Amino acid sequence: MRRPWFLFTMLSFGYAFLYGPIISLVVYSFNKSRLVTVWGGFSTHWYRELLHDEQILSAAWLSLKIASLNACLAVILGLFAGFSLARFGRFRGRGFLSGMVGAPLVMPDVILGLSMLLLFVAMQQTFGWPQTRGMTTILLAHVTFSAAYVTVIVQSRLVDMDVSLEEAAMDLGARPWKVFLLITLPVIVPAISAGWLLAFTLSLDDLVIASFVSGPGGTTLPMVVYSSVRLGVSPVINALASLILLLVTSGIIITGLLLHRQEKLQKTSEL
Amino acid sequence: MALNKWSSVGNMRERQSAVLPQTLLGRFRLWLINFMNWRRVRGIARSLRGRPLVILVPILWFSIFFLLPFLFVLKISFAESLLAQPPFSALLHWSSDGILQLRLNVGNFLMLLEDSLYFSALINSIKVAAISAFLTLFIGYPMALGISRVQSSWRLVLLMLVILPFWTSFLIRVYAWIGLLKNNGLLNNLLLWIGIIDKPLPLLHSDFALYIGIVYSYLPFMVLPLYATLVKLDQSLLEAAEDLGCRPLSAFWRVTFPLSLPGVIAGSLLVFIPAVGEFVIPDLLGGPDSLMIGKILWTEFFNNRDWPVASAIAVLMLLLLVVPMMLFQRIQDRPDNHGNGLRNEL
Repeated sequence: MRRPWFLFTMLSFGYAFLYGPIISLVVYSFNKSRLVTVWGGFSTHWYRELLHDEQILSAAWLSLKIASLNACLAVILGLFAGFSLARFGRFRGRGFLSGMVGAPLVMPDVILGLSMLLLFVAMQQTFGWPQTRGMTTILLAHVTFSAAYVTVIVQSRLVDMDVSLEEAAMDLGARPWKVFLLITLPVIVPAISAGWLLAFTLSLDDLVIASFVSGPGGTTLPMVVYSSVRLGVSPVINALASLILLLVTSGIIITGLLLHRQEKLQKTSEL
Repeated sequence: MALNKWSSVGNMRERQSAVLPQTLLGRFRLWLINFMNWRRVRGIARSLRGRPLVILVPILWFSIFFLLPFLFVLKISFAESLLAQPPFSALLHWSSDGILQLRLNVGNFLMLLEDSLYFSALINSIKVAAISAFLTLFIGYPMALGISRVQSSWRLVLLMLVILPFWTSFLIRVYAWIGLLKNNGLLNNLLLWIGIIDKPLPLLHSDFALYIGIVYSYLPFMVLPLYATLVKLDQSLLEAAEDLGCRPLSAFWRVTFPLSLPGVIAGSLLVFIPAVGEFVIPDLLGGPDSLMIGKILWTEFFNNRDWPVASAIAVLMLLLLVVPMMLFQRIQDRPDNHGNGLRNEL
């Protein structure tokens, strides 16, 4: 290529743009000064303050509960949908399913949140359930939109996968469920763990949908962050944000390394 | 390009004809193998007893929790706002003499069309989303091109670095920009220190901050589909262009860019569609006078507690987004393009 310097400049500019704000956020969480932008020396004061903030801690606990339950349910649902789309050919309703799975990926959050809330209100009027809105309604809403992401990931992995492995197992007399559990599932483990992690972070991160479908009792972490951010920048939020970043990043790196090792093992055993 | 395409098709034909046996007996054996294959396939299909359940569960789930809610949005958009719990009127009403009344209130839609506030907010949202998509393309394209041209061992790392921010909290990333753009924020302090300006610029709560926020948050959505199309691009096409005397810039516009158009369209739609209804970024970074339709929906719902008007806005927004969404779906579903960035790299 004739112009590597141009692409190199754009790449470094792009990565600086992506990571600059995040790094500054983490750096200022260790700032002694209350003013977020004046450096007053290194301190872990805001982390200690964070650990004594009852409101943030209870909201974080609720969010973590919702996020992990959501990730498990979304993986199951996404596995079903992804498997149907990738393996069952042109069944009746395929276009319907594929459209419904694709739409939540681009649908604006406000529309998703409002429509879910109106569904829950109508359900309550008709069946008397759910009586109060809170953890359950947030969970149902989150499963729906994060399962769409899981489906996309699982489907693409299944499409790329070598079908002859499954066919060979079936030729040798394995029942479909056995084929799925012993052949398909181990091969798509990377996609499933990526989907779980993504569903977890999507739920942990969602403000808009949760605000719509939540009730008086259900205040999640993003809601607390949002209301305190509206009042102004606070170093406690910086500390909280850094902790979330640490949690998510280490989760991604650990799964990435594990999957990398597994792939290497598979390759060597194939040889 | 055309030449290359045909030559590969020709290769495939040659390979197939090489496999086809010429003798009658050979043909019969081939037919037998095919027949047995077909029986095996049928056997697989028959043995998939769990199949209806596997398909039915997601179809039911998405019908109830994704499709059905839109019918309620449509219904409530024709209701009247009431001071009640829930705050809207019923459409169907049994009167005492056994008459079923259907009351449709089109006032919400009439108000949206008459009040210029909503209309200008809608236009402004489209404008902001379109400009943001363009800016994201402008920054994302060179990045995707750069990643696709480095050594393959580096590609994965660089790509991972683009995806990583997407996995971390969206709200936190928007929050980070508040700290940078404030009057006494990092950017203003830096500019003051260099001496370019002598008093802080009001960067936060402006259109500038709004665009930065959207571009920053949606950049991975642009880079991934672009990368997926660019990495598949046959480098020999560029070499051929160069051999024929094409300058690099003109080779880019005549070869690389046209071939990457599916990625450009997919990426732009992935930025444009959610940006139209965006709430958090305009609320936290945008100015008070930049009205976006997502923010208006939020205000109508939470501050004015007018659920019917909020639903009517949602209906209007859906009508507006249905065409780009179907376009996106079509690109996603193209069989030759199943590796459409988002699918493969997420």
